[in-house]
Formats: sequence, structure tokens, C-alpha cells
Amino acid sequence: MNFTGYDTEGFYDELFDAQGKPRPGADLLVERINSLPDSELQRRQQAAEKALLNLGITFNVYSDEDQTEKIFPFDIVPRIIQAQEWQQLEIGLKQRIRALNLFIDDVYHDQKILKDGVVPMDLVLSAEGFRKPCVGLNPPCGVWCHVTGTDLVRGGDGEYYVLEDNLRCPSGVSYVLENRQIMKRTFPLVFDACSIQPVTDYPIRLLDMLQEMAPSGVRSPVCVVWTPGIYNSAYFEHSFLAQQMGVQLVEGSDLVVHRGEVMMRTTKGLERVDVIYRRIDDDFIDPKVFRADSMLGVPGLMEAYSKGRVALANAPGSGVADDKAVYAYVPEIINYYLQEDPLINNVPTYACWREDERKYVLENLDKLVVKAVNESGGYGMLIGPHASAAEREEFRRRIIAKPRIYIAQPTLALSRVPVLMGNHFEGRHVDLRPYILCGRDNIYVMPGGLTRVALKKGSLVVNSSQGGGSKDTWVINSTDGPSPESPLQEQRQDQEQNQDQEDAPC
Amino acid sequence: MLSRVANSIYWLNRYIERAENVARFISANYNMTLDLPEDASDQWQPLINTTGDHELFKELYGETTRDNAIRFLIFDRRNTNSIYSCVRAARENARSIREYISSEMWEQLNTFYLMINAASEETVMDLPHQFSTEVMNASHAFIGITDATMNHGEGWHFGRLGRMLERADKTTRLLDVKYFILLPSVDYVGSPYDNILWGALLRSASAFEMYRKQYGRIAPRNIAHFLLLDRNFPRAVHYSLATAMKSLNEISGGQSDSYSNKAQQALGRLLAEFQYTSLEEIFDFGLHEYLDVTQTRINQVGEEIYQVFFRVKLEN
Repeated sequence: MNFTGYDTEGFYDELFDAQGKPRPGADLLVERINSLPDSELQRRQQAAEKALLNLGITFNVYSDEDQTEKIFPFDIVPRIIQAQEWQQLEIGLKQRIRALNLFIDDVYHDQKILKDGVVPMDLVLSAEGFRKPCVGLNPPCGVWCHVTGTDLVRGGDGEYYVLEDNLRCPSGVSYVLENRQIMKRTFPLVFDACSIQPVTDYPIRLLDMLQEMAPSGVRSPVCVVWTPGIYNSAYFEHSFLAQQMGVQLVEGSDLVVHRGEVMMRTTKGLERVDVIYRRIDDDFIDPKVFRADSMLGVPGLMEAYSKGRVALANAPGSGVADDKAVYAYVPEIINYYLQEDPLINNVPTYACWREDERKYVLENLDKLVVKAVNESGGYGMLIGPHASAAEREEFRRRIIAKPRIYIAQPTLALSRVPVLMGNHFEGRHVDLRPYILCGRDNIYVMPGGLTRVALKKGSLVVNSSQGGGSKDTWVINSTDGPSPESPLQEQRQDQEQNQDQEDAPC
Repeated sequence: MLSRVANSIYWLNRYIERAENVARFISANYNMTLDLPEDASDQWQPLINTTGDHELFKELYGETTRDNAIRFLIFDRRNTNSIYSCVRAARENARSIREYISSEMWEQLNTFYLMINAASEETVMDLPHQFSTEVMNASHAFIGITDATMNHGEGWHFGRLGRMLERADKTTRLLDVKYFILLPSVDYVGSPYDNILWGALLRSASAFEMYRKQYGRIAPRNIAHFLLLDRNFPRAVHYSLATAMKSLNEISGGQSDSYSNKAQQALGRLLAEFQYTSLEEIFDFGLHEYLDVTQTRINQVGEEIYQVFFRVKLEN
């Protein structure tokens, strides 16, 4: 098994440069794979898939009738990121989260940024994620977006861009952790030889962050993970995170508001809950405040929350900042609150509610990707170059009817990675979703994150619901670059400490 | 612990135990029919009766043939007590408390389910014994893994409580059905088949070897005594209830000679009955009647457990 004959076909490849040489840090891995006997890699791939199935690391598919669980397809060749490159991304992501958190807080309080006309007021107040009942609320430590999964892509120019900010229960981190486990079993020697930054402490950091949010005066806070239940597509992850943190996994029916406190029903009676990591949309958390028909929610929860009796992560209402219309303004948002230029750029975005940009979009539908601002998971999307004339016509009608809800972006030549296909490798497009925890005093960015692969040849859609798979992501301290003892590294640590202090939102 | 979680781990264990019992019934019955003359091999109806689902079976299949019976008991998704349905329900329960049980338990149960799901009907029909053995082994492995990887705390006791109540119930049913099928069949008394049939009853409860060590000769009364009142045989009703009581006491945190809730009261009374009764009294009362009352009382214990632990009311 080897990479002979693997063709990057002019795309930016994450593992090989344009000359077909392994990128810095990837040599050892490529060497190892090339040295494996025939069919050994396939055997390990199959062993990995079997392990995932037996472990029940699956997601639920809503539309399937009989078989409702599938393993998230997993490709055994990891995606490599050099540590120096990662540092830049990490700093850029922290910057973005700080700004978005300040933005949400502002939107629900003084609305300065709206009054100053930096982001159009009507656009924000009509955003799908804006929650009027959250106006004036003060979440603990001023943190709104406790957990974010930011989608990054790399274009043909080799630059990273932010594609989306996911502030509403982003999922996938459990796959990162499980993928890493499987890879350690599969390539122990490579792990030994390379210095790969660990991700396994994520659940510890998550719990630390959650405990920081506990109401003041609570000595040993009781944290729980709140799942909509076993039929939710991300149920595996909810239970995995609860297990890894050693906290209870609760459903709405386990919780009750009793004398102003949130309690859970136990075999010994009611027990108080201090922090809820909720993996359920705003709409469903409290039928008294949001959707009255919610069967999953806890009546009275928002009242307890607004009185500071319980903390919720992420804070209700934080979804206003991951509206795709608001996304178009994130560079301005960063500039407004931090007086800095964004370190990671947005993908150039045309807002269909601006007349000139709409005109451009309608004239160039065959070149653009059009997205509905309130959809996610790869739904409600037109990929112009791959769409039929009829589909484009349909989107033209929709855009003209409701320009407020559409944005368009150029079709990026997303970077690719080699994927094992039968007995050879083929290039497939990828994105990257690092997970970011925003705590009381600092922001943590998981090194690497979830690499999602569009397994269909030529496809740009990486979502698991639409034929996507995943890979382990290795942030490697490359031997080609500066050694860990180099001044650059020390300098960076100083920087980070300073930055951590600046990060403190309290 | 959360009431919902306690409820799930309790039922998860009941379902696994139920699947194991069905597998054991099938295996023992199958072996027995191979030994009997062809015209006397209609032993599948009593087996269906043991599970208590004879009406559903009649509706779905009508005629009792070996194939129908095995299909109904192993694969039929319409039968909530088939092995398939039990293991599936056990897994669904486990899935909802995956973070609570150990990963090893989950993995074992998930593999168990995948095995049942992948089993092809043709192969199993050919070799039901082998399949039943796999199911029993999987169940034993699950119990062993549970014991070895999970804290023996509240959750573990809820699991054992469920398993033991299920086991006590199944052993009474087995004895009830078989005893009355076997006893009047005078044709066989004294014939070689007599021993075969009684032996099969013991084997259905995995009790053959242990019984022989204790009593030697196959005698119906001794068998009833062994399966009902033995203190050491792990599938005997007395043993099962005593073990269930230990777990319930641990859960309730009370003294073992009194009670602090209605579940403890109900189970304590039932256990005392088994501790202080004798086989003579049981037969005077009527074995069938006695088993019937016992099953009802086991159900009542289950209902009290539900009321006390799983349905938490707001204290106002």
C-alpha cells in the first residue's frame, strides 16, 4: 500500500505539496503507510470500523425506517496540521470568540453596535436566533457562548477561512475523541515518533468551565448534560460527554423547577442542579417562555435562570451570533469591539438584502454557493456549479421573494486529503471544526478538531447527514520547524498568558 | 441516582434475564424432543405456555410446530418477549443510560444485539442449540462484566434486583407448566422417557447437574423442592428472592429486619414465606395455586418498586 500514483489534481492537498512531497510533519506518517504490506492498511481500516460499530459510536438518521443508527464513516489516514500554522489559527479563533461574546452581550443590553449602525438593527432583531426574553439577562461571568464549533475551510490559495460559527450546541467533539482512541490503536508507532498535541483532556476542560459558571456560593456544583433523548441524532455524544465528565445525563422529564430551584428526580427524592450543559435548542427549554408545545422542556427554567439560580451553557439567545446574515458582519464586529483586524478571514460573502450584491448574485448563480441564513447541516443550500438549471431557477425565485434570508459565497476549491478508496487513495474535500471553550478567565481551543470529509467524489458537502465522514486531525510539532525550546515558542507562551488575562470577561 | 436511570438499569437486566431464559427453554426442549419417539414429541406447546404468550402465538401462527415455536420465541418482532425483542429492548435501555453503565457493559450488550440482529433464521433453525448457547453465554458475560466493571452501588443493586425478580418469576412459570404437563403423563411413568422428561425440566433451569449432586435420583417432589426452596442454587426461587432482598435493602438503606418503604415490605413478606414454608405445605395448598400466588406477589413487588423509586412525586 503506498501513495504512488496519488494525484492532487491541482487542488491544495493537506498531506502533499504541489510537487507530491509530504508536507512538513507528514513524512513519518507517509513513510509508515508506504512501508505497510499490501492490504494491511485496509485491514486496519476495517478493524477501526468494526471497533466503532461495536462501541456503538453511531449517529441517528431521521429518515431511515428500519436501521436508524449508522457509524459516522471514518477514514484512517489522518489530516496533518503543523503546530506553527495551528498557533495562528488558535489566536485567530480566540479573537473571534471574544468578539462574538461581546457582541451577544451588547445585543441583549445596550445594543451599541446596532445604534452605531455597524450591524443593521433590523437584521439582528429579525434574526432567527434572536430571543427577546433574553434581553437584559446577565449570564454568569458574562459568558454567552461557552462552547463553539467554528467551521474552517482552506481555499485553493492555501489560506484558512471561517465558513460558519456554530454557537448552538455544535456537535462532533465526541468523534474527535473516539477517532483519536482508534488511531492510537491503529498507528501506535507513528504516535510514538511524532509529537501530536493531545485532545483527550477536552471533557476535563469542559467540566472545569461548566463548574466556573455555577451560582456563587455553591461549593461543589452539580453539573448535568441535558439531552433531548435517545432519538436525537447526537445522542451518542450527549451520553459520551456525560460519561467522560462523570456527570448525570438528564432528559427534560428528569428535571423540575421546585420552589424556584432546578431539581432532578432521583431515587432518593429531589436533588438540586447548578449548571446545565444543554444540548437542546432554545425553543424547547421552557414552554412557559419559548415554544409552548415543547414536550421536552422544563416549565419555569428560564425564571430560575434569570434569577441566577442555575447556569445554562450555552446561554439562551447566543444563537443570534451564528446567524449567517450576522456572519457577514463578523469582521466589522471584531473591529468594533477589539479594534483589531480579523486574524482569520471570512469567506467573501454577498448579502442578498443589499441591492447591488443581490444583483451580482442573481447574475452569477452558476458560480456561487447560496445559503439560507437559518439553515444548517448542509440543508437549504445551492451549489451553483453542481446544480441543474431548474435548481438555480428555483433559488433565483426564492432569493427575489425573501432576500433577507440568503447569502452567497464563491465556490471555494476546498483543500483535499487522501482517502482510502478500496486499494488506493483518492483526494476528497475537507473542512475543519475546532471546538472552543469560553470560560471565566480564558478561552481554550482544542488542538485540531473534527476533520469532516466529503466522501463522494468531487462533492463539497461534508455533513454527516449527506455522505460525509471524518478523520483524525493531528496537530504535529514538526521537526522541520523551530524546536520547542526555541525563543519563538517561549514568546508565544508569554503572549498567550497576556491574552488569557485579556480574555477574562468577568 | 436519577429515577429514570434506575428504571432503565432495572429493566435492562430483566430483559437480558428474560432472553437468557427463553434461550435455555428452547435449548432444553430441543434436546428433549430429539430423544422422544416421534409421535410423542409435541413438547413445543408447553414451552409457549411457559412464556405466557400462548394467545398471541395462536393468533399469529395457529399451529404449533417446532419451526413456528422457535421462530416465535427467537425472532418474532411482534412478540415482545422473543429473544430479539428482549435484547433490543435491553439495548435501548442501555443506550439511554450509556453514560451511567461502564463502557465494557455497553460494548458487550451492543455486540450481543448486533449478533442477534445479524443471525440468519435458516442457520438458527438448523442449529437452535448453538444459537441458544450463544445467547446464554452473552447473558452470562454481561452479568460477569457488570460485576467486574461497575461499582456495586445503588445502580448495580437496581440491576440485580431486576434480574433476580425476573429469574424468580421465570422459574415459577417453568415449574408450573412442566410439572403439570409431566405429572399426569402416566404413559411415561417408569419408562425411560420419564427420566428424560424430568431431566429436561431441570436442564431448562440449568439445574440438572446441581440437582444430581444434591439428590441423585430424579424424583418430582425433590425437583420441586430444589427449584423452589433451595437456598444455594442460583436459579431457585428462594435464592433469587433472597438475593433480590439484599439488593433492595441496600437501595433502601434500612435495616434488614424491618422496612422503610412499601417495596421492601412486599418483598420481605414474600421472602419470609419462602424462608418458613415447607414442601408439604405447598403441596397441601396446591402447587399450581401456590406458584400462581407467588407470580402475582412478584408482580406486586415490581409495582411497589415502580411507585417508590421510579415515580418520584414532588414533596409539597
